[in-house]
Amino acid sequence: MSKRKKKKKTTKRYDGRKPDELRPIKIESGVLPNADGSAYIEMGRNKIVVGVFGPREMHPRRLSKPNRATLRCRYHMAPFSVDPRRSPAPSRRDNEISMVMRYALEPAVFLERYPRAAIDVYAEILEADGGTRTACVNAASVALVDAGIPMRGLVSSCAVGKIDGNIILDLGDYEDKEGQADLPVAYMPKMEKVTLLQMDGILTVQEFEECLNLAIDGCNQIYEIQREALKKKYGLEEQESDE
Amino acid sequence: MMSSNVGIVSRLKKRKINEVVATGKRMDGRGLEDHREIVVKTGVLEKAEGSAEVRFGDTWVLAGVKVGLGHPFEDTPDKGVLMCNAEYTPVAHPTFEPGPPREDSIELARVVDRGLRSAKVLELDKLNLITGKHVYMVFVDLYVLNYGGNLIDCSALAAIAALKNTKMRIYKVKGDQVELTKRTKALKITKEPVAVTMVKIGDSILVDPTADEEEVRDARLTITLDEDGNICTIQKTGTEGFTTDELKKAVELTTRKAAEYRKHL
Repeated sequence: MSKRKKKKKTTKRYDGRKPDELRPIKIESGVLPNADGSAYIEMGRNKIVVGVFGPREMHPRRLSKPNRATLRCRYHMAPFSVDPRRSPAPSRRDNEISMVMRYALEPAVFLERYPRAAIDVYAEILEADGGTRTACVNAASVALVDAGIPMRGLVSSCAVGKIDGNIILDLGDYEDKEGQADLPVAYMPKMEKVTLLQMDGILTVQEFEECLNLAIDGCNQIYEIQREALKKKYGLEEQESDE
Repeated sequence: MMSSNVGIVSRLKKRKINEVVATGKRMDGRGLEDHREIVVKTGVLEKAEGSAEVRFGDTWVLAGVKVGLGHPFEDTPDKGVLMCNAEYTPVAHPTFEPGPPREDSIELARVVDRGLRSAKVLELDKLNLITGKHVYMVFVDLYVLNYGGNLIDCSALAAIAALKNTKMRIYKVKGDQVELTKRTKALKITKEPVAVTMVKIGDSILVDPTADEEEVRDARLTITLDEDGNICTIQKTGTEGFTTDELKKAVELTTRKAAEYRKHL
């Protein structure tokens, strides 16, 4: 639809990527010896480690749910992850992202298998470069699988945005701050469901649809990278559950 | 102070550790005075002005150094500020929970901080910009990513490795204002203190304790040495005491181990 328009207008992105190109992604699972499951992700210059603990006993116990497990997520940035240094105390932003992360991941986990238990997902941002919440979701879903927690499918996530009138995939820090719109999306390729959707900025309805399609393309690419990371650790041959 | 993971080592395991240590060996096959494999990587982060990742076996600590502008303390208006902070992240151990800093993470930060401060690692008077108003603030943040015992030695090594790796942005004084320039320079490090932690189990003294050994230890002693062999910091914890002979032996042991740790810097 707007392809021709894009080609004409598109100057290179600040890091030289094409409009529909993801940043380089590296995922490694099982990096934390003490965690039940873990993953390390580098998505552009984002560096994030996620640890999963559980299913384990819920504390305080009165918060446990009699019919299913409780998924708890924590998004936390290291003081040295951004410029200038930030306080290690969690901010309002951290708390909100922890929540949307939980909602992004919950649909993928068979929580009903573990009544009363807690599953804790802790994301530690070691270096932030725009799109940390999406990178966290990518690493967290790999870490949940690494912990052996049964899941309906992997959750893949990336952001789409608009800068100088162009729709672009996977915003870097600069594009995030200078852009006209930012739309982080998490998607379960297997269930074909969007589990995280936020936006700020201004988009027309048409642009929104274009963004969403681009985001889902991006998530599908990330899905393959997540699967490769798991195959690398567990040495799985082709899964019979391929779409 | 109690170790963080009290209750995980069973009484049987505790007895076994004590028995094995009494024969001069350890559960993981090391001798009492052997340390685990040490891996030091520097410059692992781009946004921090300095960084280092240090592993002692399974123990994994990431140190990030941020240099910024701030107000000096009232009692030292012409000196820069060095601050050391430690965080036990909840990914590091199943018993670590999110929340305000725990007693032992504060101790960790303070012991490492005292080592840096006492050894006069930085020339703080050279980090002054406008007396009483603007000085450089140097933050060393220690991020514990996996707990496998001996956090102090690992963190102290990470802190000094990260400081040595630090390239700070230069501020320029213009009248009574300061402005950020594009230029950078390496942070000058005058001393390189290294911490050596020993635990006493029964009558034996062990270096580089694992998480299990730290939990069953009767006492713990950390000694920090600079490269000239001067003692910069001491911290003793635990319910048992040391005899003076044991302390002399510990100092001698520290001198040897510090030299070995220092090779990784």
